[in-house]
Amino acid sequence: MGMTMAEKIIAAAAGVESCKAGDIETVTIDRLMSNDGTTHLTIDMYNNLKNPRIADVNKLVWIIDHNIPADSPKTAASHKKMRDFAKEHGITFYEGEGVCHQVMMEKHVRPGELIFGADSHTCAYGALGAFGTGVGCTDYLYGMVTGTSWLLVPETIRFNLHGKLKKGVYARDLILTIIGRISANGANYKAMEFAGEGLHELSIADRISICNLCVEAGAKTALMEVDDVAMDYLTTHGREPKALYKSDEDAVFSEVFDIDLSEIEPIVAKPHFVDNVVPAKECEGVKIDEAFLGSCNNGRIEDLRVGAQVIKGKHVADKVRFLVVPASREVYKQALEEGLLDIFMEAGAMVMNPNCSVCWGACQGVIGEGETLISTGTRNFKGRAGHKDSFVYLASAATVTASAVRGCISTAEEV
Amino acid sequence: MFNAKIWKLGDDIDTDIILPTEYLAFETVNEMKPYAFSPLRPDLASKIQPGDMIVAGHNFGCGSSREQAPEVVKALGVSCIVAKSYARIFFRNAINNGLLLIEQPDLYDEVQEGDMAQVEPGKEIIVNGKSYEIANLPDNLMEILEAGGLVKAMRKRNGLD
Amino acid sequence: MGHTLIEKIIGNKVGHEVKPGDIVTVDVDWCMIDDIMAPFAIQKFEEMGFDKVYDPNKIVFIYDHFLPATQVDDSRHFRIADEFADKHGLKNVHRTDGICHQLMTEAGYVKPGDIAFGTDSHTVTYGCVGAFSTGIGYTEMAGILGTGQLWVKVPETIKVEIDGTLSGNVTSKDIILKIIGDLTASGATYQAIEFTGSTVDAMSVASRMTMANMSVEAGAKCGLFAPDEKTCDYCKIPYDDKVKALFGDNDAEYSKILRYRAEDFVPVCACPSLVDNIKPVSELKGTKVNQVFLGSCTNGRLEDLRTAATILKGKHVAPFVKMIVTPASRKVYRQALADGTLGILSDAGAIITTPGCGLCCGRGGGILSDDEVVVSTNNRNFLGRMGTSKVKIYLASPATAAATAIAGEIVEA
Repeated sequence: MGMTMAEKIIAAAAGVESCKAGDIETVTIDRLMSNDGTTHLTIDMYNNLKNPRIADVNKLVWIIDHNIPADSPKTAASHKKMRDFAKEHGITFYEGEGVCHQVMMEKHVRPGELIFGADSHTCAYGALGAFGTGVGCTDYLYGMVTGTSWLLVPETIRFNLHGKLKKGVYARDLILTIIGRISANGANYKAMEFAGEGLHELSIADRISICNLCVEAGAKTALMEVDDVAMDYLTTHGREPKALYKSDEDAVFSEVFDIDLSEIEPIVAKPHFVDNVVPAKECEGVKIDEAFLGSCNNGRIEDLRVGAQVIKGKHVADKVRFLVVPASREVYKQALEEGLLDIFMEAGAMVMNPNCSVCWGACQGVIGEGETLISTGTRNFKGRAGHKDSFVYLASAATVTASAVRGCISTAEEV
Repeated sequence: MFNAKIWKLGDDIDTDIILPTEYLAFETVNEMKPYAFSPLRPDLASKIQPGDMIVAGHNFGCGSSREQAPEVVKALGVSCIVAKSYARIFFRNAINNGLLLIEQPDLYDEVQEGDMAQVEPGKEIIVNGKSYEIANLPDNLMEILEAGGLVKAMRKRNGLD
Repeated sequence: MGHTLIEKIIGNKVGHEVKPGDIVTVDVDWCMIDDIMAPFAIQKFEEMGFDKVYDPNKIVFIYDHFLPATQVDDSRHFRIADEFADKHGLKNVHRTDGICHQLMTEAGYVKPGDIAFGTDSHTVTYGCVGAFSTGIGYTEMAGILGTGQLWVKVPETIKVEIDGTLSGNVTSKDIILKIIGDLTASGATYQAIEFTGSTVDAMSVASRMTMANMSVEAGAKCGLFAPDEKTCDYCKIPYDDKVKALFGDNDAEYSKILRYRAEDFVPVCACPSLVDNIKPVSELKGTKVNQVFLGSCTNGRLEDLRTAATILKGKHVAPFVKMIVTPASRKVYRQALADGTLGILSDAGAIITTPGCGLCCGRGGGILSDDEVVVSTNNRNFLGRMGTSKVKIYLASPATAAATAIAGEIVEA
């Protein structure tokens, strides 16, 4: 019987010939990413171990991205703890280089790897054919100390993508539509795998955006097979695959969806759940106080190009704060060279240093009581972006930018 | 005339010490009170009792124009500050909030924290039996101080009180 | 008998000669209100019983301390100020354009000879164009909003004469730090400082801004530069007789005159935790740093960023050291984008933030932790200003800051 892509990666990591959904395997982890959201807690636990040791320091990547630059003495203390520990142990360390998942994609992730990240959106790495999954700091610590962990082999839901997205419709609309369809727990414990000729039409940015958000449907991981587009990306970034996997023809999927990309429309996820999706047009006119273009989900050069095209020659609406946050230094530099940053600055947007910004709801652009944010971030949970009584709508870069221009939720066609 | 217990601080007590930026945006002065002087003496705000006075050296209140600084001192119930000199913005802000500031060159060097002082504004301060001469404020400032601060003075001007 | 520059500015305004010690009431040309203080000023304005502002065109609201917002209550300040601006027809509201003191001259408000008050102590900055400007509390601001006037005591003037040519790694920041060290943090209290001499004449308006900005750190009521052609270019006004008359007369009476040779200045730092604790950079060499901050109304301008870029070009910030760059305004940011400065700084590893007060106001932008050391181009190194009271803050020029970022320890550029 055939195996899914998830099963193949886990089998390889476990050193077994094959495995199937429902098996529990002990796996060797290829890479362990952790950020300033929780690393200070991991360090505290590490220091309380009897004989603390790191299994393989070369596998660790630590990234300060959530609260950078630091906004309080408490944050600064946790950063210091992380920086000092990384320095002492020789851990690969980035501070202010960008959102962790984007930095991982640019510099570390290789197809076929099994990667733990102490952050739920680690599932983004599936865009390059790697099994990335989010873990808590206890699991992270175990992995860091032993180099291994146990994994329940997930069932896989397969999404076969057909056709092409229409103009003005983006990968983000697609994944929000899917989450709306299967619900916020529709993929609990499962892998979401994307395939089909429609996939090959999507850029790496689109693919990251799709995989990244799969955790919002509860998925353990998201996976896409590696094609020429992915290989190009790897080559450009100076890396080679560890191994290339794809699901066998006769692999067993728990469910299969066939999705016609041309039927996808601009979507908005309304407060306070990611699966609370409606066509963007239904939200038209909702007054906003802030707009956010950025995050590991939608802060790449492709997204900034979309936003810049919408806003060029126009201006951010009176009293609206429009935060534009490139996902990494590489993206920042590219956007600078293409003149996008100046288009945003000229239009009255606030271009920020690469970081998690208001997607994380601390440090930058926190919204106040009763305020409304439209965001390309990952989540719209109650209080996610600031005050507990505030509202977050999720949408594509185009819709977010158009809304910033009009001061109320609008699709790009309206601007 | 009033009696006051002395709390003694040093030279160059800046506005970031009197109230750090972190707490400036609290909606009310009452919320700010516990953090007064916190970078220098975290427990001081809780120890100051209404009617107590602060004695300091040169350049009290230097730094920012944050009026929360004199407001929070006033809100703690401090009856007056006696310093060798004041930074000018703090000086104006204090008067505008009805907080009495006294310049006195010698007292700081000769008194201890915890000493009791007897203050007669415009005339003298007596500590440990010794009299220290103090001057009156200029007339235009006395008017504001006597009105109970600039808000009250303006209300009077606008025919409200 | 001649007049000092401040005596002329105030005298012109009140229509008669004034001398130090006179208490006069002046008409106010500009009111600058920042986002921290706006709700308080508005509340006092209402408590005072005013129902309209004296002139909506002379009031400028600038949101800069809380941008980007780091706390959930920050945007309340924007909302209250917005509502007031709408109610009273204020058009001059800058919501995301940069630091108030940069914008007041850059955006064309304050001109030579004007009188401006602001709810922030560094309002003294506008002395760089020969305006009398100073910081006040929000209650006095509320009074001005209602009446358009404020009483001032005409200050005595300290004259600072600087002649000669600065050496390559010395900037106006080093000069003003040295002067503050000499005067002490209270040495100019209640007084005006007037900066003159060939070194000052040769300076850009931006460099003068740095000095005017920091004059309050010696306690001064204002720090003034006689306007010249460069000033008029910057302010986009003609260099006419009215402007030409704005200088301190030779026979004016000064409370003190300090004379310096430009060649004698060296790169200096203000050491923790007082602005007048000045030491030559050469004596601090080897002091390890964790962070460098380039920005603020003192040193966040294009020339400051360019100075740093020249030093950082092709080099990199030291490992485990952070360099944070916060341009002073949207205009500065865009200029630095256009001329490649931000590209160079980014390649060198600097973290470039959105324009605003950033770290200088201690509510974000790179707060530090116990025992960490920061070299910063801003204006204050007070205890607890950038985190806990155990953070050590050294104030320095952009050149020293950039060289320090590369070395990971304090060094001369």
